Amino acid sequence: MRREDSEEKKSRKGKEKNPENKINKQREKQTEGRQQAKRRREEAISETKLAMIRRKQNREMLGIVYLFALIFFAMIVYFCHFILFQAEDKMASPYNARIDYLAQKTVRGEIQTADGMVIAKTVTKEDGTESREYPGGAAFAHPVGYSVKGKTGIESLGNYYLTNSGINPLQKFMNEIENRKNPGDTLVTSLDADLQKLAYSLLDGRKGSIVCMEPSSGRILAMASAPSFDPNQLQENWDSLISEENTDGNLVNRATQGLYPPGSTFKLLMALEYIREHPTDWQDFSFKCKGEYVDPSNPANVVHCYNGEVHGTVNLESAIAQSCNSAFAFIGSEIDVNRLQSLAEDFYYNKDLSIGLPSKAGQFSLTADSPTWLKMQSGIGQGETLCSPLQNLCMVSAIANHGTLIYPTILSEVKSKEGTAVHHFPKGEEITLMSSSESDALKQFMRSVVTEGTASALKTKAYQVCGKTGSAQVKEGGKLKTNAWFVGFAPMDNPKLAVSVLVEDGDTGGKTAAPLARELFDLYLK
Amino acid sequence: MGNLFSSFAKIISILLMLLYSYGLFRNLSIDYREGKKKLSGLLYKILLLLHFISYAVLYFQTGNLFYIYFYLPQLLYFLLYPLIWKKLYPFYNEVLLNNQCLFLALGWILLARLQEAKAIKQFAVAMAASLLVLVIPYIVDKIWDFQKFRYIFAGIGIVSLLLVLVLGTVNFGAKMSVSLFGFRFQASEFVKLSFVFSIAGILSEEHGKEGVIHSACVAALHGIILVLCKDLGSALLLFISYVFMLYVARNQLLYLLAGGLVSALAGIVSYGLFSHVRTRVYAFIDPWRDMAGKGYQITQSLFAIGTGGFLGLGLFQGLPNKIPIVENDFIFSALSEEMGGVVAICLILICLSCFMQMMMMGRDMESSFYKLVALGLSVIYVIQVILTIGGAIKFVPSTGVTLPFMSYGGSSLISSFIVFALFQSLFIIQGQEDEVEMEEDAESAEEQEMESEEEDA
Ligand SMILES: [Zn+2]
Repeated sequence: MRREDSEEKKSRKGKEKNPENKINKQREKQTEGRQQAKRRREEAISETKLAMIRRKQNREMLGIVYLFALIFFAMIVYFCHFILFQAEDKMASPYNARIDYLAQKTVRGEIQTADGMVIAKTVTKEDGTESREYPGGAAFAHPVGYSVKGKTGIESLGNYYLTNSGINPLQKFMNEIENRKNPGDTLVTSLDADLQKLAYSLLDGRKGSIVCMEPSSGRILAMASAPSFDPNQLQENWDSLISEENTDGNLVNRATQGLYPPGSTFKLLMALEYIREHPTDWQDFSFKCKGEYVDPSNPANVVHCYNGEVHGTVNLESAIAQSCNSAFAFIGSEIDVNRLQSLAEDFYYNKDLSIGLPSKAGQFSLTADSPTWLKMQSGIGQGETLCSPLQNLCMVSAIANHGTLIYPTILSEVKSKEGTAVHHFPKGEEITLMSSSESDALKQFMRSVVTEGTASALKTKAYQVCGKTGSAQVKEGGKLKTNAWFVGFAPMDNPKLAVSVLVEDGDTGGKTAAPLARELFDLYLK
Repeated sequence: MGNLFSSFAKIISILLMLLYSYGLFRNLSIDYREGKKKLSGLLYKILLLLHFISYAVLYFQTGNLFYIYFYLPQLLYFLLYPLIWKKLYPFYNEVLLNNQCLFLALGWILLARLQEAKAIKQFAVAMAASLLVLVIPYIVDKIWDFQKFRYIFAGIGIVSLLLVLVLGTVNFGAKMSVSLFGFRFQASEFVKLSFVFSIAGILSEEHGKEGVIHSACVAALHGIILVLCKDLGSALLLFISYVFMLYVARNQLLYLLAGGLVSALAGIVSYGLFSHVRTRVYAFIDPWRDMAGKGYQITQSLFAIGTGGFLGLGLFQGLPNKIPIVENDFIFSALSEEMGGVVAICLILICLSCFMQMMMMGRDMESSFYKLVALGLSVIYVIQVILTIGGAIKFVPSTGVTLPFMSYGGSSLISSFIVFALFQSLFIIQGQEDEVEMEEDAESAEEQEMESEEEDA
């Protein structure tokens, strides 16, 4: 306890004795023998001293040292965690200028379908010039994108991986020594080559889009958009593709950027909202269809059933199966609009449904103050409501998957050029959009659309399809056109494939879109 | 060839830094002086090698002769400076000076890579500061009773902060510096020293409630003026060091808890009052949402660190200049990007070991005044490290505090030199006392031995 007790006096002791002189004197006297003896003693003394210090350790100061050591430790753990687990996802950001900078040191990697077809690769000619080739051509152009004239699609989304090299460090090191570029990593997408090719060929020059996914995993299996463009000729055709005279929108990915009135496919959400507002007695819903429904506040506004058909007395299930506009116009005029709005927003209306590709958010603008006429039209998916084909796909995918949407993803893994796994993209987030009893009810409705309703083109013994057709009317250039929809999934009990088909300027959904879905199911479920 | 050398040098630098950090912590467990000496000599050689290799890379990557011309005076400095210390003060703490030189070397490597002109300026200031602080151990030894001037220190601190408040120029939303004789002084860098001396004096001289009240008044005055200057980073530094000094001086956990409570409240109030605090908190919580705006600086820093990974891209292989004011607040990110995450972690560990050494010196001090000075300065040092490094990696919100010896800035550099020289002073004086004591003990032991030998005979 000496130090603490006599602190004040002792602190000056060293000074008073004039240490420097003393030390110098001692230095002079030093001989080897004495040094050894001293060292021995020093060791002995330092041991007793150490024990003394240990006893007198200032506990608080030691505590403070521990406290900060702990904070430093946490900081190091955080730092490592960032580099190991967080960095990879974040680095791909277009704000990270280092990617393009580092890209010069690697040969851009390949993009492949899930089944191994190469859909983008970089070819190095003998003179060292590189060119990007797209063996999948126009069929894959929209999801894959391009990397000249800026980057879009997966070329942009996966840029970080394509420009990084995960080959073994020794090989990498050797390449660096020999001034050879490292091969970029291979990006494996979730696309199914055959399904994608079929989807594109089914559109057959018509404007529209086909998107397919696996409901249980959220993996996008096909994403076709027409008209498309040839990514191998992009440089040559660029000016005509972006010229104002070109109204086809070849560069637009209609699956994610195209916004269309959902038409009768929206009736699924209307039915869901009706079930939620009448949880115990929705089965008792009954409506007498006379082929039209007149706006009670303004008789000039009338909603007709398709082709003026009269459906008679319908319940919720048959109203969907027959796609009875009158019944849903009635429901639309009666329903709690605020609740409908929040339901629609759960299904990505007014929200960005982004999978990393360019996309547009669907629109739903009905409010409690809207006129009844607009409510009636919104009830049948017309009015001011707009959605993208991918958005509609997510709706049926959630119904197929017991009410839970697995957020769609298009990238599945990254491999080095040598084939070693570099990164595995996790399944999308699970988002519960409805209860399983609600999804069961909707599934049943969608089944009767096929068995006794508008999607009879999908009646087959091979598998059980659930679906919903839509024939949405749009005015374009003063001309009334019909966009044909089909959304659905199969097999009913264990859905493997969900599809969303949209064909612009077609006949009804049942006649134009449903047969295309049939071919997709036939191919994928065979 | 350049590539081969660069990759090779990168790996070697990482190994050298690992070796250095290992040696440093090994040093803590060595008790006898000879062993410590040998080890610190080894560490210094590692440092010189690291410095040499890095400058060689800088030269080979650019072919710019500047790096060779700039390397030579630095080498001379590193060779001579420890010798001067040894000549003047044989008992100086070699390991602490090693660390100081390592920080300087890393700082000069990074600054030379980022902006040559700033590196030269920084080097010039460092030379001046190096010579200037050589007198500090002498002055401390001569005057010793600095606690007598406790209110003079407090006065100096408060007046200089008031000067900044009235005359200061605004920088990044805060008033921090005054121009004097053509130099821009960042007053808070020096006020933290006078503050610690003043508080330590009050707490060690005035016992009982009196000391607590007086010190609280001094601390509050400093704090209020700093907040008026909007220099919240410095206010936080001083406040935290005050709380810890109070806690150790009075040995009451209550003070620590009260301090924590007050800082939490102050944090909430300043969040409400100052827009630049809100901006930094937003940027801390989710910088990815606004990468072009509020989150720009921190996301650029994270891009640098993330792209560099553990091994780093190699000097001149990354884009550290993409980070705004990288040479001040984000020098750590530049280090991590180009020299690698492993080197960055080593740096964190070396800073920690510096802090531990400082605290041990404080613990070994007999005078309670110097014990508190050591504690206050150590805590300021460690908080500065946490705020700068933590700010760069998004562990804490960024505060605009600088990394001692490495960040660009004359005031910060000089103040770091003074702090380390003060610790050298404490170590030297303590060492002399111990030596005298040991000798006395040894002499008496010798006498006893002789006596017993005589008896045997
Ligand atoms: Zn009807």
